[in-house]
Amino acid sequence: MTRLYTTEHRTTTYVSGPLLIAEHAEHVAYDELVDVVTPSGERRLGQVLEIEGDRMVVQVLGGTRGLDIDSTAVLVRARAARMPVGPDLVGRIFDGMGRPADGGPELLPEAERDLNGRPVNPVARAHPAEFIETGISAIDGLHTLVRGQKLPVFSGYGLPGLELAAQIAESARVPSSDEGFVVVFAAIGVTDREAAFLRARFAEGAALERSVLFVNRADEPAAERISCPRAALTAAEYLAFERGMHVLVVLVDMTNYCEALREAAAARDEVPGRRGYPGYMYSDLASLFERAGRIRGRPGSLTQIPILSMPDDDVTHPIPDVTGYITEGQIVLSRELDRRGIAPPIDVLPSLSRLMNAGIGDGNTREDHRGVADQISAFLGRGRELRNLISIVGEQALSDDDRRILAFVDQFERRFVGQDTQRRSIIETLDLAWELLAAFPAGELKRITPELVERYRTTAERA
Amino acid sequence: MTTGSHGEIWRVAGPVVVARGLDGVRLYNVVRVGDAALPGEVIRLEGERVTIQVYEDTAGLRVGEPVLDTGRPLEVELGPGLLGRIFDGTQRPLDVLARAGDDPFGQPLLSSGSDVPALDRERTWAFEPRVATGDSVVAGDVLGIVAEGALEHRILVPVDTAGVVTAVRRGPARLDDPVVWVDDQPLKMLSRWPVRDPRPAAGRLDASTPLITGQRAIDVLFPLARGGAATIPGGFGTGKTVLQQSLAKWAHADVVIYVGCGERGNELTEVLQEFPELVDPRTGASLMERTILIANTSNMPVAAREASIYTGVTLAEYFRDQGYHVALMADSTSRWGEALREVSSRLEEMPAEEGYPAYLSSRLAEFYERAAAVRCLGSDVREGSVTIIGAVSPAGGDFSEPITQHSLRLAGTFWALDTTLARQRHFPAIDWNRSYTLFDFAAWFEREVAADWEEQRAWARELLQREAQLLEVVQLLGPDTLAPPERLTLRTGRLLREDFLQQSAFDERDAYCAAPKQLAMLRAIRRTDAAMSAAVTRGAPVDEAGAAPSLAALARMHEWPAEQAEERAAELIKDIERELEAVG
Repeated sequence: MTRLYTTEHRTTTYVSGPLLIAEHAEHVAYDELVDVVTPSGERRLGQVLEIEGDRMVVQVLGGTRGLDIDSTAVLVRARAARMPVGPDLVGRIFDGMGRPADGGPELLPEAERDLNGRPVNPVARAHPAEFIETGISAIDGLHTLVRGQKLPVFSGYGLPGLELAAQIAESARVPSSDEGFVVVFAAIGVTDREAAFLRARFAEGAALERSVLFVNRADEPAAERISCPRAALTAAEYLAFERGMHVLVVLVDMTNYCEALREAAAARDEVPGRRGYPGYMYSDLASLFERAGRIRGRPGSLTQIPILSMPDDDVTHPIPDVTGYITEGQIVLSRELDRRGIAPPIDVLPSLSRLMNAGIGDGNTREDHRGVADQISAFLGRGRELRNLISIVGEQALSDDDRRILAFVDQFERRFVGQDTQRRSIIETLDLAWELLAAFPAGELKRITPELVERYRTTAERA
Repeated sequence: MTTGSHGEIWRVAGPVVVARGLDGVRLYNVVRVGDAALPGEVIRLEGERVTIQVYEDTAGLRVGEPVLDTGRPLEVELGPGLLGRIFDGTQRPLDVLARAGDDPFGQPLLSSGSDVPALDRERTWAFEPRVATGDSVVAGDVLGIVAEGALEHRILVPVDTAGVVTAVRRGPARLDDPVVWVDDQPLKMLSRWPVRDPRPAAGRLDASTPLITGQRAIDVLFPLARGGAATIPGGFGTGKTVLQQSLAKWAHADVVIYVGCGERGNELTEVLQEFPELVDPRTGASLMERTILIANTSNMPVAAREASIYTGVTLAEYFRDQGYHVALMADSTSRWGEALREVSSRLEEMPAEEGYPAYLSSRLAEFYERAAAVRCLGSDVREGSVTIIGAVSPAGGDFSEPITQHSLRLAGTFWALDTTLARQRHFPAIDWNRSYTLFDFAAWFEREVAADWEEQRAWARELLQREAQLLEVVQLLGPDTLAPPERLTLRTGRLLREDFLQQSAFDERDAYCAAPKQLAMLRAIRRTDAAMSAAVTRGAPVDEAGAAPSLAALARMHEWPAEQAEERAAELIKDIERELEAVG
């Protein structure tokens, strides 16, 4: 249905917020991209949100400042929102629309891909099962990440979510292979400081050769925040499923994305849902997060680590809430741990990796992994109850068993979680866990089979 | 196919298209929209404006493109070849769509407008007639059977048909081939049914039989009826999907329909990879042979998500009418409600609570009320049932939201999943203080399992209730304020929670727990409680009685093989009693 002609409409009747309405519009397709030509001749991209009869509603992606009714023109060229892709994506920096932003040449495109992608048939998905070693004990040991998973970081303003993502992106690997990851970073509505941090970590020196950056800054049009993760995921899908690479996509900060979504919805007079966010925010976020995965018979993988800031640290806020329902677990950062100087401040109890079971155990990590993780979680759960209790009745009321658990939790947080920037292999992580668990008599380790306790506990004691 | 009138596109906004023309089109007819012939359903008629919800991505549609009325409502295809398959919300066969030539996964991405029939027209099935020339038949009578995996697929006389059999054909036949002639009218194995209409039955039956699930917290505390409905609300990470999948694996049903409605693609992939490997303990066949998956994942078009639960329940009724017990899992009804909300908001309808349309409650009722135990149509006596288990994903984990509340009104069984329990890794995280069931199966369990079932159950419920009250006191004042018998209640409560209610879906010895084993485990804990209590009465300190080393073996009860459970329980109780006699 490609039409080769371009139609020009100089029939704008309404401009407000990000929206423009033009009449006498013909041959316009729903959801297509158009060029909006300002009175001064500048071209801005726009997207068709609605067509009715000969009227079209266009969201102007470059902002509506300077547009007028008389001379603003809309050029319709029958294009879907597409982006050029090719192997030379790697090492480049783009803006939120997928245009080069590093002063370098235009991409030599191998093909063009729809920014929205297309849903993967569940039949053709391969269930993610390959362990990714992030080098971070709290994740590798208790909430293991696997290739093709989408595991968000629930951060808060002032918490080191971005730093954690950068640490994972730099040190993630699959132990059995030398293959590294190509990291696709989508910086959505980031401040200048954050953009500088990302450039320094990923766009300089050796790191550049295995990263692609998409940067939409906080002072750029909100509409481009909506396309920024889509452009990044389009590039990532191409690299993963057409070039067979293992791609790690970091989307930061999804809270900024959701704000832009709300802004766009309000501009269109849509019925607001919870806290003013549109009712379709779930479907919209799912259309991004579901682009993670593996495809049967193809070598690559697309793993996603979206980062979001929980407004007021509230996990029931619509943004973390909707995200948690879509993603395969979550890594939650704790302000309390951060205050106590524990880095990374990962709160293990509310964190979760739904795909962990598929990627651990004999042949993947080690046979004792499941048991160790369950045992630690059980002690931490009990420890949390005890901390609540001593805040009421004081420490004297506790039995020796209870005291031992509290001491374990303390050691666990300081040594196991608080590893700073040190990188630990999964074996080092599990050995450290046994070292901490050695504080308990063997009979207390009910979540681990007696044979495994026998095998690993004695080794830990000797050490 | 008879086709009706033509029209053209006038307006496009998201999944909603308004067309003009289409004279005589009826509400809920299926239409083909645009040059790409995207399927859609008429949801509003207003003068010459016809509003359509389109089941595929509408990007690229233009004003003026044609719209064609198919003259029929949204239907599903029914017949042999449904089991073990995966369809999308409007019954497009996803397994066929993924195939490209010899490569079964050669087309991994879904594209719009592909029109492939749900059931394979070329495949032949061995039709064994159950009627002979000259027999009189009425609607619902079994015309013949086809072996489909472990299941006897019964081909029935259609609802609007009755008469005398004038010819019969035996042996291999394709779905479109006539197999029986009634009053010289040919009948095929393939039939169709509009998804929004419940299929008729001769009458509804009382729900008097539990649907055994092999999950201790459910079968003992909050059992579900065959033909009843249950709702499972829970915040994210509370294990809704794991529980739904456990039920799909282990529930005593002949056919399982799993509707993945607006959820993760990887979860359906997991079912597709795992179920063929698992064996149904009751038939010895693979679990996939009794399962049908309806997949409309969260990134697939939203209007088809709305249709997916009707597609699922219509397939369920089709097997019910053959005399089977069908369990339908809908994960999640919240995503279905959101699809309804999205279409409603595009129609600019007046929103009720939280933006949902005011008809949310009646739509949910139409769905849940299709759960039933029935006497099937037909002159032989057949009973069948459809049991619905709907997961709910309440925003913020807050159960006061509309979908949870309306579901509560409609479902007789409520399994509340609790975030705190989930964080303590207590799974399934069914909160025993908030959950309930309106069904009473005491008589059934006493007859089918053991005479003391209800007594043991009542003891467990009462103990958990007392424990909850005592825990509140402890939260305020600390454990030292409690008298020894009360502290013993806390100890037994912990045994019940940790060694009985917790059940691992991933441990193959524990994923399914037969009812007699459930009872054996429960009895062991109760006898332990009695023995500890006797020791404490004799003056033994609670801490000492509660720390008897043989109690640790209770934590391994779930590993018992089902057939040895009674024996192992007797041995364990003996050990515990002997040891506790020495205490105090």
